[in-house]
Formats: sequence, structure tokens, C-alpha cells
Amino acid sequence: MSNRIDVKKTYKLFINGAFPRTESGRTYEVKNAKGVFVANPCLASRKDLRDAVVAARAAHAGWNKATAYNRGQILYRIAEMLEGRRGQFVEEIVNVTGATKTKADKEVTESIDRLVWYAGWTDKIASLAGSTNPVAGPFYNFTIPESMGVVAAIAPENPSLLGLIDAVAPIITSGNTVVVLASTKAPLSAMTFAEVLATSDLPAGVINILTGKKDEIAPWMASHMDIDALDISGLSSKKHADIKVAGAENLKRIHSFKSADPGRIIAFMEAKTVWHPIGL
Amino acid sequence: MSFYGLVDGTDASLKSYLGNLSGVDQVGAEARAAMLATRSIKTTSKRWAIDTAITMVDLTTLEGADTPGKVKALCTKAVRPDPTDSSVPSVGAVCVYNDMVSVARNHLDLIGGQHVPVAAVSTAFPSGRASMPVKIQDTQDAIDAGAAEIDMVIDRGAFLAGRYIDVFNEIVQIREVCGDKAHLKVIFETGELVTYDNVRKASFLAMAAGADFIKTSTGKVAPAATPPVVLVMLEAVRDFYEMTQVRIGVKPAGGIRNTKDAIKQLVLVNETVGPDWLNPKLFRIGASALLNDLLMQRMKMDDGYYTSPQYVTMD
Repeated sequence: MSNRIDVKKTYKLFINGAFPRTESGRTYEVKNAKGVFVANPCLASRKDLRDAVVAARAAHAGWNKATAYNRGQILYRIAEMLEGRRGQFVEEIVNVTGATKTKADKEVTESIDRLVWYAGWTDKIASLAGSTNPVAGPFYNFTIPESMGVVAAIAPENPSLLGLIDAVAPIITSGNTVVVLASTKAPLSAMTFAEVLATSDLPAGVINILTGKKDEIAPWMASHMDIDALDISGLSSKKHADIKVAGAENLKRIHSFKSADPGRIIAFMEAKTVWHPIGL
Repeated sequence: MSFYGLVDGTDASLKSYLGNLSGVDQVGAEARAAMLATRSIKTTSKRWAIDTAITMVDLTTLEGADTPGKVKALCTKAVRPDPTDSSVPSVGAVCVYNDMVSVARNHLDLIGGQHVPVAAVSTAFPSGRASMPVKIQDTQDAIDAGAAEIDMVIDRGAFLAGRYIDVFNEIVQIREVCGDKAHLKVIFETGELVTYDNVRKASFLAMAAGADFIKTSTGKVAPAATPPVVLVMLEAVRDFYEMTQVRIGVKPAGGIRNTKDAIKQLVLVNETVGPDWLNPKLFRIGASALLNDLLMQRMKMDDGYYTSPQYVTMD
């Protein structure tokens, strides 16, 4: 028998590149598939959301200005870091969701591949979503897609890691910053993913991760005037209408998605049109 | 000049007055300020605190790049901080450099802001490194241009060298220039005074010399208005009131950027000197970014959702 005391991880939030506890001091219990206690993650409050939005807004200018190439490098770096800690993620997913090791391993592999895929999109999306438009005059006319600003996202319950990455990666690919609410029942891989982000040269505040209850946080995300768009893929479709009404005040773009595709990136970009005279 | 009967104007009497002050318990002051910072002010009290804090803001622009246009925009904001909501009170004062005083005063008068005074920073702000005739002329210029409040800086070099009488005489002379035309706020630059004992000493020195207000910082040096420093100054004001029955104002400035910080300051005031000081005549907050945060918190309380900096005016 070992005399060593277990060193257990305290699961905290990820805001502005740091790991604070929730401002509210609240936690909730996460149990595994068999009902056995696993951990006490933070039960984030609306004030944590507010703090995260402030961080995301401050980070937007720098992240948006970074070259697409640089954003791609950082997304690829996240994939590298995730690959290096694959075992830990597999273990956590198995432990919390009760999935088989093979299934968990497949989810982590897909997550890594997804990040690499989005990394490739950073410098190509403008060619796909933008255009050169014919106009009746001596002008070049370009439509250039740009990032919107701060986007909030509600990650699906399941798959907890892949769902989270599918929520945040397309948002940050184009230069947005994001505040994401992780899976409520299986938030541990999200918070471990935050440790991956913290060692990936990702500027502080570009991705902020909260854990807590969707019904508590989602309405505040919808009504927050400093959030420009919202991904509600993780919210049950019965609640979509209410969230869209709450988000109408600042004309928030609210979307939900079923799969990963370039449209997910384009949904959180806005087109700017530029006229440029053709030299004689 | 009576100096409240505390000092007779000689070096010896000033030394004995300052020498008799009790020291500041550094750990105790920091602990008490930290404890008071945990008070939670909510709902109607918070609403009252926000409006009170707005009336206490000395809306400040002290940049080398200040233009008349920027100062006028600031004045407009000072009179009616939220253009969409007339129930928001005007701020306590507009604080500008000397040469902008007439611009600010004229613009305020033009837009119906006669009730908003103009404060001018004076005596070779922010360093205080100039000869006495220059400092006097600097102050006189500001008053002639329409400043109703003078924010002077003390000579920190003289203070740290122990030449208290020089600092004292400087304040007395500026006080004479101000006469009854202008309120005098004395800036210590607490970040350069190093210890709380020095802050307490400077507070008593300035109050005896005739300051109407004592002010923490210029805003150009960090740390500025930290809660323990403000606590030490408020305690000095409280003790001075017990000695003389004269109420001296306090103005923290620098580093107070959000509503939470401002409310912490109000709690310090209420718990240290009492509710009499919760009044723009006796407590001001020198700030620029703070006002927008107060307005955003106010909107949040009215509308029920978090707002965005896009909905308040830019500085």
C-alpha cells in the first residue's frame, strides 16, 4: 500500500490566458457514466461570462491583425500540443463518459485532425468567401470577408472534446475571439484542453472557456451587447427561438451547425466591399 | 495665516507638529483596506453608489496631445455623460492643463455647464520641478483663465530630503494665490513618497498649510490611488477633523478604472470618515476611463443586459 496522498486537479475556468476560479465561488459535481463522483468543476456565473467577454474583446484587435499564416501556425501548434497529451485526454473521456478506449481514442484523433484542417483554412478562406466583382466603371471591386469580433459558443454535450474544438476552431480561424461554454456533463476534457491552449502560443483571451449550466449562461450570452455572434449548436433546438429573440437587440448573428465544414468559418465573418481605381 | 493654531510657520513648530504624529501600521492598513474591499454593494445601493460616483468624477485629460477639440468634447461629456439619458448627473469637475482652462470654461458656459467647475493642474505639474515664481505665475494664470479648482503638486524632492518647511511654505504661497477664488487640492504623488508614514506626514502638512483637498497622485506614476494609501489619507482627514473641526476633502486619482474600484473607494470613505464625506464637495475621483464604465454599469442596471463600449462615447 502506498502512503502517497493523491494529487488531484482542481478544474477551474480559462479566462484571458489564466485559470481563475469562478467569481461566484460555486462548483458542481461531475459524475461518470456509473454515477461515481469524478470532479468538482466551476459553475460559472454571468459575471465570469462578462469578464471573459472583456478579455475576448481586448484580444480581438491583435488576433485579427495577426497574419492568416500566423493564425494557421498557432492552430497547428495547438494540434501538436494535443497530440503530445493524447493519453490524458483518452483517459479523461473514458473516465467521464464511459466510452470505450477505442472510441475515445478515435475522438481525440479526430479532434487533432480537425485542428490541422482548420489550420489549413486560415489563409484560404478569404479566397473561398471573397470575390472580385465586375462593376461598370474603371474600378477593381473586391469583397473581402473579415472577422466579426467576439463570438460566443455553446459546445455540444457530446462528443465533449471534438464538439468543443468544432465550436471554437472555426470561430478563431478567421480572427474572431471566442467565449465558449463547455459540455456540462463532461467538462473535464475542455479544461484540460485549456492547458493545451496555454502552451500553444495562443494569445491570452483569444479562447476563453467556461464550465457551467447552459440554461443559466445562454440567455446572458444572447443579450450581451458586446458579443457579435453566437453559435448555439450545443443548445437544444427547443430553446433556439428564445435565444434568437434575446439576441435581436444588437442584431447578433446566431447559428447552429450539424457538422464541420468551411461554412462554419464563413458564418462568423462579415463581408466588406472595397473599391479601388484601376490605374491608367 | 493661523494654520489652525497647529503650526506658527517656523521650521521648529512644523517639525514638532509632524514629529508628534503616530506612525502607520502598514500591515494593519493594508488588511483593513483589503477587508473593506470585500463589501458587496448591490441593487438600489449600487445604483446610488454609481450616481454618487459620477458626481464625484473629476473628468480628466492630461496629455501632451490634448487639443481644444478634445477638451471641448470632454466638457460636453462632463455636463451630460450619457447623451441618451438625461437622468445621469453631471460630473464633479473637468480637470485639464493650464492652457486649456479657458477653452474648457468657455465651452462649458456655452453648453449650459455653468455648474461644472474647471480644475487646473498647476505648479509645474506633474514633476513640480520649477522655481517658486514660476509656480505662482502658473497658478495665477489658471485662476485668471477661470479655474475654480487648483490641483498643485508638492516638491517631492524637498519632502523626501526632509525639508518639510519648504513644502509647507510652497503650499501656503499657492494658497494665498488661490485666495477665495479657487479651491486648492494638494497632490502628493504617493507612489514617490514610498511609505505610508510619509503619506500621513504629507497629509497633515498639507492640511495645516491650508489645502482644501488632499490628492493622491498625478496619474503619471504607478502605483497611484491604491486603497491602503487612500485609507491612510482618509484617516489623516478624520484625525485632523477631530483636532480642528475642519473637514478636508480627499481625491484619489490614477488607477481607478472601473465601477468596482470606485465603489471600493466609496466604502472606504463611508467606513473611515463617515457619510458626510460622501459628497463631491469632500470627495472626488480623478479619472478618465472610469466614467464610461460607470455609465455601462448604469445601463446594465436599467436594461438588464450587459452593454458594450460601443454604446458610450469615446474618450
